[in-house]
Amino acid sequence: MTTPFYVPPEQMMKDRADFARKGIARGRALVALVYDDGIALVAENPSNNLRKVSEIYDRIAFAGVGRFNEFDTLRVAGVRAADVKGYQYSRDDVDARGLANQYGQILGQIFTHEMKPMEVEILVAEVGTDPSGNRIFHILYDGTVIDEPGFCVLGGDIERINAAMSTAFTDGLTLADAIGVAITALAGPDRQIPATEVEAAVLSRSNGRRCFRRLGDDEVAALVARPV
Amino acid sequence: MAMPIFSPGNDPGSSLPELLRRIGMDPFASPGTLDADHGLDIPHATTCVAIKYSDGVVMGGDRRATSGNLIAHRFMEKVVEADRYSGVAIAGAAGPAMEMIKLFQLQLEHYEKVEGQCLSLEGKANQLSGMVRSNLPAAMQGMVVVPIFAGYDQLRRTGRLWTFDVTGGRYEEREYVATGSGSLHAGTVIKVQFSTDLGRDDAINLVCRSLWEAADADSATGGPDTLRAIYPVVAVIDSLGYQRVDDLDLKARYETIAAQSNR
Repeated sequence: MTTPFYVPPEQMMKDRADFARKGIARGRALVALVYDDGIALVAENPSNNLRKVSEIYDRIAFAGVGRFNEFDTLRVAGVRAADVKGYQYSRDDVDARGLANQYGQILGQIFTHEMKPMEVEILVAEVGTDPSGNRIFHILYDGTVIDEPGFCVLGGDIERINAAMSTAFTDGLTLADAIGVAITALAGPDRQIPATEVEAAVLSRSNGRRCFRRLGDDEVAALVARPV
Repeated sequence: MAMPIFSPGNDPGSSLPELLRRIGMDPFASPGTLDADHGLDIPHATTCVAIKYSDGVVMGGDRRATSGNLIAHRFMEKVVEADRYSGVAIAGAAGPAMEMIKLFQLQLEHYEKVEGQCLSLEGKANQLSGMVRSNLPAAMQGMVVVPIFAGYDQLRRTGRLWTFDVTGGRYEEREYVATGSGSLHAGTVIKVQFSTDLGRDDAINLVCRSLWEAADADSATGGPDTLRAIYPVVAVIDSLGYQRVDDLDLKARYETIAAQSNR
């Protein structure tokens, strides 16, 4: 019988993290940012059917990058947790912080105990009744939860996009400007993203009870074509 | 509470009632040995109607809930928006009825979020039928819930309506439905005046009139209450979605009806 090699825990964690990071970096990025009427979520996504951004609850949206089947499982779990909590208590009791922590626990558990960590990064955004109530939580593959003020970048090439967003982002952007800023940051200096490969949605305060609204292809095309 | 995650073979899919069952919160758990027929007065909701018109459907329901010979509530809303293109109206035991409406609304939204698209109108009617059937044990103890479901079918571009029985039987009607204690009177009024080419305005008038006559002859049905400014809930569902008719509009219609009745 052969003796298994000793692997120090630091090395094991590093290997797992590298594996997850590599998987996530292969995919395309996503940006969420606050604008004057809520939060905009913009993703580069060649598919018109496999969505990266979706609705969780009245004021809460979900976005994920990485392996689709993995973040979609998390998305459905989030919808279930939110709907059950709203059914059991009140719609007012469902909040992004609780969901983000639950996601953190699940991802942390899988990162340390399962064969393979999830190759995903996810985001839970909640639009407040006033701008001070906006919340953007960024949850990493290992369960780390980060509270991001203003904007948040997920996925591949994160450093470059983060730098571009830091210079372009300001408070009180209009929706058109916010989408423009996000698309420009996602594309980088020497590339154009065609409108058909942009997936955009908003959590808009003026959208009634369900704040989530997907922007249609025409709406996105008009915004992409708009001179900045 | 932990986030509900299931193994692929054990997944409840897009059904909220099934999910609730899996996590030990069965919404249709047996109410025990309550026997509402004997001695226990629980509030009952009464007359609701729905009629089809050229572009969609109009639903209406009075606002009264009764408990035995007492008026339990004056402001009850028995016609509610189920989702953007459909509405549900409920007669019967008020508690289970309101709970069923809440669960039904949640289920439609839950399905839409999990699946990424809405259920078809017939799918929605089928869902409601399952919920009425699940309520059968409670119905056997006197807590009967009998809904009407109506909406605008976006595939067929027409209004459609369904009535249900206690066992979950689902019957699509072509013209109109009425349910609850005043349904005989309300239904008769509609039957006499109904025609297949009713416009929106005529259809709203007919719904108002039918509830007026039901309230006139049935003590459990509330009429328009001008002192407290309470009017029935009337809603139109067409290609623009669910729109409630506002109270000022209803007030004017009821003044016309009252003037006609005084002649």
